[in-house]
Amino acid sequence: MLVHSRKARWAVWAVFLVLFLPLFALPLLVVLGASFATHWSGVLPSHLTTANYRSATRGEALQALTTSLLTAITASLLALTVGTWAALAGAALRKRYRRLLDALFVLPVAVPSVVVGLSVLVAFSQPPMLLNGTRWIVIVAHTVLVTAFAHQSVSAAITRLDPAYEQAAASLGARPSYVLWRVRLPLLLPSLTAAAGLCFALSMGELSATMMLYPPDWTPLPVLVYAATDRGALFTGSAVAVVLMTATLLVLFAVSRVRTRASYR
Amino acid sequence: MAEAVQNARAARGPVRPRGGGHGPDTVRRSRGALLWALPPVALLALFFLYPLALVVRQSFRPDSGGTSLQPYADVFASEAFRHALWTTVWLAGASTAGCLALGFALALVIAFVPFPGAKAVARFIDVYLSFPSFLITLALLFIYGTTGIVGSFQFLTTPWGVLLAEVTYFTPFVMRPLLAAFSQLDTAQLEAASSLGARAPRIVRQVILPEALPALAAGGSLVLVLCLNEFGIVLFTGAKGVTTLPMLVYGKAILESDYPGACVVAVVNVLISVGLYGLYRVVSRRAGA
Repeated sequence: MLVHSRKARWAVWAVFLVLFLPLFALPLLVVLGASFATHWSGVLPSHLTTANYRSATRGEALQALTTSLLTAITASLLALTVGTWAALAGAALRKRYRRLLDALFVLPVAVPSVVVGLSVLVAFSQPPMLLNGTRWIVIVAHTVLVTAFAHQSVSAAITRLDPAYEQAAASLGARPSYVLWRVRLPLLLPSLTAAAGLCFALSMGELSATMMLYPPDWTPLPVLVYAATDRGALFTGSAVAVVLMTATLLVLFAVSRVRTRASYR
Repeated sequence: MAEAVQNARAARGPVRPRGGGHGPDTVRRSRGALLWALPPVALLALFFLYPLALVVRQSFRPDSGGTSLQPYADVFASEAFRHALWTTVWLAGASTAGCLALGFALALVIAFVPFPGAKAVARFIDVYLSFPSFLITLALLFIYGTTGIVGSFQFLTTPWGVLLAEVTYFTPFVMRPLLAAFSQLDTAQLEAASSLGARAPRIVRQVILPEALPALAAGGSLVLVLCLNEFGIVLFTGAKGVTTLPMLVYGKAILESDYPGACVVAVVNVLISVGLYGLYRVVSRRAGA
């Protein structure tokens, strides 16, 4: 306890609330409130309705939701596979090579995602790999963007792994593949699911690279939110944004259930 | 964030064959390890490095044909680019400073002056990180927009609106490593300092701040890079007056179809952010963070 006097403590908490609520809670509440309204010119939204949700859960918006979910799931699975493979392979390398590998895989974090979008657009709009106009160009960009995060969290978890388990398994005659499959991966499972959740959330909300790439028949939710606000339909846009947040949270919650079951192992 | 953990790996390191032996077995094993590292690196090269190289190549190829520095000369000469560069840099710097100050203050309260529900607030911050950035601007549009709660003044279309949105969105990125660092700080140190007569500001300055510096550096530089690269927030304000480098890339490529120009801006943007990120990794390794 840093502040001992009671009065000072209340003062500190008051300042905290004054900073925290308007900055962090208010934006989410505003978006939530607006999604149920058609007018907002006073303090509270007016003309309450659920019509925004009716339009946000059918037709174009429903298709965008499936598009986003499919993109995010595919991209996270691909990123998790590549990132985990790289992290496992990197752990066996000499220090110099391992650093190089880490630096390579961390690079997509530092490169602006708009530039990742531009580069994928430039590279895959020409033969030999003509992906422009297909859904795969969006999925490729998302995978590139989230692989860095998957690799970082899995390789951090590998260094925390107690080597005694795999040494014991190996000394009992287990082959490397068996050690990997039955010892290391199960031990890594909690951090793998955490990484999967992170990748999924990032991919669901990805806008910058997607804006550069999306073909007309593969429009993810964030693009739809932007399109709605751009034409002035702010209230429909916030309903779509709430759908996006809810879908993300539901999947994250499901993923965290997997994690709690695995960590008892 | 993950960097702090990653640096811990250098200290412990994974198990490898011990002894300085470069026997035939060790050599074969390390060659095998290199071979195993090849497939992911090849994928990364194909889908990330090769496209990036193409962007660099395209930036030297004006639409008129041939290879020249003409696109660079054109872009550097344009007022829009210089304006965007300046806006990007000062917005990122100011946002980072704001996030550090605000994040440090809020994390201090959560960790050391805990109140009922402080844990829930910490969890809320984790959830907050999984939302896309443009939600903040969307909310600000209702608050400060033309038909908004506060009323119609042109706050959002100025850089200050973007600054407010960036500070709001990125502060949790500073708070998370700080909270992790604070949870490892021994409270006995605080009690000792306090029983020796130090008051709260002095404890913060002389005990907590030195412990928090690595986490502040890690969070701050991550936020700096993310702010330099932020696109969604700026796009959603719809402000013509606020153009950052990522917006310029988007505008040139998609709206004007000027690919060489877009590639030049992209190269500049990549150089700035990768340079800063690399500098941060070197510095944080030196500092033993």
